[in-house]
Parts: sequence; C-alpha cells; structure tokens
Amino acid sequence: MITLYDYELSGNCYKVRLLLNILGLEWKTRRIDFHPGREHKSDWFLRLNPLGQVPVLEDDDLGLRDAQAILTYLAARYDRSGRWYPAGDARTLGEIAMWLAFAEGITATASAARLAENFLYDLDVDAARAGAHRLFRVLDEHLWFAEQEGRDWLCAPGHPTIADVACFPYVVLSEEGGVSRMPYPAIRRWTDRFKRIPGFTLMSGVFPAGAAV
Amino acid sequence: MNQAHAILVDDWHAVAELDFLRSRGAFATALLDVGLEVSCGGPDDFRVLRRDTGAPLATRVEYGHLFTTLGEPARDLVHFPECHEEDRIRVTGGSIGVNVSGLRAVENFLDMGHFPFVHTGYLGIEPHTEVEPYEVAVTEQDEILATACRFFQPVASPSAEGGMMVDYVYKVCRPYTACLYKSNPVEPERWDVIVLFVQPVGEERCIAHSWLAYLPHDLDEEATRWYMQLIFAQDKPILENEFPKRLPLDRRAEVPVRADAASLAYRRWLGAHGVTYGAIPAA
Repeated sequence: MITLYDYELSGNCYKVRLLLNILGLEWKTRRIDFHPGREHKSDWFLRLNPLGQVPVLEDDDLGLRDAQAILTYLAARYDRSGRWYPAGDARTLGEIAMWLAFAEGITATASAARLAENFLYDLDVDAARAGAHRLFRVLDEHLWFAEQEGRDWLCAPGHPTIADVACFPYVVLSEEGGVSRMPYPAIRRWTDRFKRIPGFTLMSGVFPAGAAV
Repeated sequence: MNQAHAILVDDWHAVAELDFLRSRGAFATALLDVGLEVSCGGPDDFRVLRRDTGAPLATRVEYGHLFTTLGEPARDLVHFPECHEEDRIRVTGGSIGVNVSGLRAVENFLDMGHFPFVHTGYLGIEPHTEVEPYEVAVTEQDEILATACRFFQPVASPSAEGGMMVDYVYKVCRPYTACLYKSNPVEPERWDVIVLFVQPVGEERCIAHSWLAYLPHDLDEEATRWYMQLIFAQDKPILENEFPKRLPLDRRAEVPVRADAASLAYRRWLGAHGVTYGAIPAA
C-alpha cells in the first residue's frame, strides 16, 4: 500500500495527489501538521526526510522525498498507458526532465511568495514575485508557440506528462502569493485544459474549470 | 486612509499564534497599520514592541494566542465559556494571511449562502442551496446574534460521516471578533465552537486567527486543525477577489437578499459604532 505524508495546502503534495488520482491508485494518507505545528521539522519526520519537506511517499520498502522524484516513480511503475513518463522515448524524457527542473524554480519563487502571504514566512516576497514573473513569461511563451504548432502540453507528445503535473499546482495557486496570471493568456488556457484531464482533483484554493464552450 | 476608531485602538487584538511564535522566536507584524515586533524570550515570555516608538505594549495570553492593544482597553477579552471546558479538543486553527479587509473576513464567516458553491462537498452541495429564514438580534451585551440558522451539509465536521442538517448560531462580539456554534451530531445538546480573531494588519490586509473547541468524539487535534485549514483555504481566494477590498457600509452599495440578514446587521452595527477602518463609510 502506498503511503503519502501529506499537507492539504501544499502544492507539492497536491502534485502527488493529482497523479495518484489520475492513475486511479489507492493510497493511505498520513497528514502532517505543517502550519503552525511544523511537524515536518520534528525529529521523527527528519528521520524520514532529513530535508524536512513534504511530501514523502512510501511504497513497500521504498521511501522517496521530492515531489518530482515521486511523480517519476509513480508514473514509471504504475502508468500502464506509458504516457505520463514514456520510458524509452529519449527526446520526451529529456524534455520532461527540463520541465521538472523548471517546476523546482516555480516552487522557489511563486510558492515562496505564497508562503509569505499565507503562512507569514519572513522572506523577500518582492524578489519571489519578480522571479515567478520571469518564469511565467518563459512558460507562457513556450505554451503559446506550442499552441501554434497544435500542441496542448508542455512536452512534445499530444498528451500531458508528469511535466504538466509538476508545473500546474504552484502556477494555479500563484495569485495567493500576489502573482497575477492576467498577463499570461497561454498559461490560463493550459491550466483550463489541465483541469479537464480525467481524474483531475481539486485542492483548497483551486476551482474547477468552467463549462466547456 | 480611515483612522482606527477608539473602539479598535482601545481593545485587545490577537497578533500571534503561540506555537508559531515559539517556533519563530520573533517576527514583525502590524496592527491597524502600526508596525509591531513580537518576540518570545522563553516558553511563556512574550513581548510586543511598537516599531515606531520602541514602546512595549500590554499583552495577554488566551485561546492559544498572544493579544495586545495599542491603547487603553476599555473591556476585557471576550469570554467564551466553551473554550474552557476541559473535555473538548481545543486547538488553534493556524493563522493565515488574507489580502482583504478583516471586516470582509468576518462577514464571510457569517454567511451560509456561499457554502454549496465555495465549500462544495463539505459545508454544502447543490441542489441544497436554500438559506432558510433565520433570526438576527443585537443583544443587551451589544453583540450581534444570529439564531435558528440551518443548513444541509455533506461533511459538516472533521468527524462527520454522511450529510446532515446542521444548526448554527453566530455571534459577533467585537468588530473583528466573531464565533460560531455548530450542532454536534453525537451530543445534540452541546455545540462545537469556532472563534475567529481577525487581526487588522492594514485596511486591506488581515490575518485570520482561529480557536477551535470541538467535542472530542472520534477527533484529535490534528484532524480538527486540518479541517479548519481545508475550509478556510477555500474561502481565501474568494475573499481576495472581493471588490472593493474594504467593506461598504452604505446599504445601497450592494444588493442584499434575505440570506444576508446577518451581514446587513453587521454592517449597520459597524456604522452605528463609527467603525470606518477597513470599511467604506456610508455617504
């Protein structure tokens, strides 16, 4: 049985819940009192993940930290369609790795701004917001050119991959950190498409897609 | 900018959740646009200084939070008897910043109409969207009391299984302090209690502090706090998209329906007490 060490309001945990749902997997949740309890910095949790971060996933005798690593594992092990992480497709795997690293950048900027605004973290929120806008411009341009070529998703195949799952949460939660998505129409179209993926699930702060037109 | 009225200056306001403060040691915050330095010198040694003058401010510790005042409090902290009942799970909900007037946050707390649309699957679900008529009065203690509130809820509490009709009582005690009483499925003669202490940071920024006093059936502190944050985080983007961010007190500013009776009473009561901070006063 898969166990997810989870915090409801964490976008990185949401990534994992999204893929678990999309793949139709069953799992057990161990909730972590991140705010204000800081259970992710407690002694017992640091033994599980010395970095003191959620999520952590356990499956059989395997323990994994880092949302991107967990997405990679879940897709490689459980996705029978072979689409979410297409092993053997060198080009797509390269693109996926590139966007997983980009997702880390979104966490370091858009998510940091949200931590400051929501959870009262003491950090340079203006620098975090400026960094998020730099990344969102890159993302918006990439998605706009993809659309011109008839592609709806971050990587080359005509279907979403774990790269989309990794980038979606902190993009869609960005306004909680004061990062507006008004200037990024291609990002807004992509988040709407993402919300229509079968198995898509919500978290607090994320709303369902409007009716299709 | 609207000046903070004496009713706000000469009152107690929550400025820190104690566990948060203990883990941080010290942090900067603000109350009514006055910058504060909040610090913790030991497990029960808490201080609040004004950043402009360096003056220390009076403090009180209650309900899992540190309270302070910018003036001379004319009244004590609000007393919530249920919060002292030892058989309850009593826990803070976790302080969350919201970029809107704190008065908007209180008003949202009083509103049942949004349950099926914002808290879908938890506090409401379509087609059960009707807010039945309820009673609103101002008590002898000058508190707003809304009674006979009923709503159908799919998951009414952290321990609920299956939908049920839930009874609510709402009370607004101070401009930025409100509480709700919610019928408990196991002990119908007692209530679960949620107190909301809103810290007005500025006119368009607040920090929502909460104190939960739930009956203990099938519950622990972690689940209670989890549920509160799940629900509040659903409200947050709605609140932050309110326009204007301050609460209009002119009765012609927005078009109310009968379900808004508690909100209308709150706006009238704020107007009658001369509260303009965080509000757009009636012309």
